[in-house]
Amino acid sequence: MKKYILDLTVSFVEHINDKYVLIKLTCDTPLPEMLPGQFVEIRVDNSPSTYLRRPISINFVDRSTNELWLLIAAIGDGTRALASLSKGDTVNCVLPLGNGFTMPQSSSEKILLIGGGVGVAPLLYMGAEMKRMGNEPTFLLGARKASDLLLMDEFNKYGRVYVTTEDGSGIYDNDVEGMCQKGFVTNHTILHTCKFDRISTCGPKPMMMAVAGYAVEAGIDCEVSLENMMACGVGACLCCVEKTTDGNICVCKEGPVFNIKKLLWHL
Amino acid sequence: MASLNVKINNLELKNPVMTASGTFGYGLEFADFVPLDGIGGIIVKGTTLNPREGNDYPRMAETHQGMLNCVGLQNKGVDYFCSNIYPQIKDIDTNMIVNVSGSSPEDYAECAARIDILENIPAIELNISCPNVRDGGMAFGVTCEGAASVVRAVRKRYNKTLIVKLSPNVTDIAEIARAVEAEGADSVSLINTLMGMAIDIERRRTMLSINTGGLSGPCVKPVALRMVWQVAKAVNIPVIGLGGISCAEDAIEFLMAGATAIEIGTANFIDPAVTIKVRDGINDWLDLHGCNSVNDIIGALEA
Repeated sequence: MKKYILDLTVSFVEHINDKYVLIKLTCDTPLPEMLPGQFVEIRVDNSPSTYLRRPISINFVDRSTNELWLLIAAIGDGTRALASLSKGDTVNCVLPLGNGFTMPQSSSEKILLIGGGVGVAPLLYMGAEMKRMGNEPTFLLGARKASDLLLMDEFNKYGRVYVTTEDGSGIYDNDVEGMCQKGFVTNHTILHTCKFDRISTCGPKPMMMAVAGYAVEAGIDCEVSLENMMACGVGACLCCVEKTTDGNICVCKEGPVFNIKKLLWHL
Repeated sequence: MASLNVKINNLELKNPVMTASGTFGYGLEFADFVPLDGIGGIIVKGTTLNPREGNDYPRMAETHQGMLNCVGLQNKGVDYFCSNIYPQIKDIDTNMIVNVSGSSPEDYAECAARIDILENIPAIELNISCPNVRDGGMAFGVTCEGAASVVRAVRKRYNKTLIVKLSPNVTDIAEIARAVEAEGADSVSLINTLMGMAIDIERRRTMLSINTGGLSGPCVKPVALRMVWQVAKAVNIPVIGLGGISCAEDAIEFLMAGATAIEIGTANFIDPAVTIKVRDGINDWLDLHGCNSVNDIIGALEA
């Protein structure tokens, strides 16, 4: 897939809470083709302590408005600078990078999308694309607390959304189906009441390892999206390597999405 | 439009802008961003006689105006390069140069000999300055005798243009440059990365898997420039300057300090199209200052 260096314009900023920001970027020309699970390397211009670009997942591509959505967790100086962008600012992006999640091959294939924290970001685009292809996704989204559940209205547009919160916040009385449960994503009863053909997951590594462990046990195919620290984003510097059955390979170029069979995780 | 042609021994460069090993892949990774044939030379990833897995993750730490890396020469070995990579890059219309590393002079020489027979690889850059592998790399580059021993062994087996990449982690880099010149090196390139370190104070751990790594980026530029200036005065072979070059003005500083060509490294990560911008920026500067050729400014510091 052809990669581009583009100056995009911030068209919308929503501070979801004190940590998470949704930024929408647009362009005079139609945005290039991008796949769910791919990412963007963003140049950080307004942070003196930040030198490298920041890799950010593609959260959604709205073709009707020609907007690229990025969900940013303000963690360090670089992401804090990105989170302070305002409408009208220009952002230099290299995109699209890496490989996406495996998309369903038929409308009957049941895929569970499991996200945690800001890792829910690529699953929105994935779910939307699945629905567009005629395959309704099931989401299982986890957060520490209910206020960290991100873009719930958006996820609800594309499929059924099951939720866990670590502190039990957000659980409601008339939830007869048990959509929202206390605990980790791997504690949710949907994993036992429903049989899936594949799991695609993105989130903190301990969460993805727990999900991968469940998938192996249950005999379900599973893809994870890694976020090893990167410099170049295009497979040149060999900094973001992950140990795999093929040796050390670049997460940026060969991933960020990997089938867990390829990883040497001790599950 | 000024002439940008420069010569490194027999190597004719259409412009003095090259890419530094390990920062530009095999060139192909950047083909969407820049016309590869518009770059003076592309120095591809460090290649060793045998495959190397490199160091464990984490291999990178960002620093102010730069980064540390301890990749550790991960590559699939020279035979894989010859059979799988070379066919993909041999028709790129620029100087495709291979960076060669090893664990012993014999290793270097054997690896170089296998590349010597590749028709469209007109030069190699000997890496005697990698700070991230224990068995070799910088171990050779920090003494005159070590550096000389590698160049001597390689020179016997390699007939084309031989560039030797020098380590800045030495007391007197000019002395090392003279030692490799005496053994028949056709050119020296400098600087490789400066050994450095970063610590995560919350975890009380170093940021890199092997604790130390090589520092690169704009933060090293003044050190690199000083060393290029010192070496250019000390040797008669062409000098290739690198270290933190991010724009045409940086490149022109190195040229004025005595570099015949320059390499762009870490800046490729920030702007994947930087090489062509630097080339065009040098041309614009020359035009603006009434210079007909880039050779007019090489070593052209006022006394």
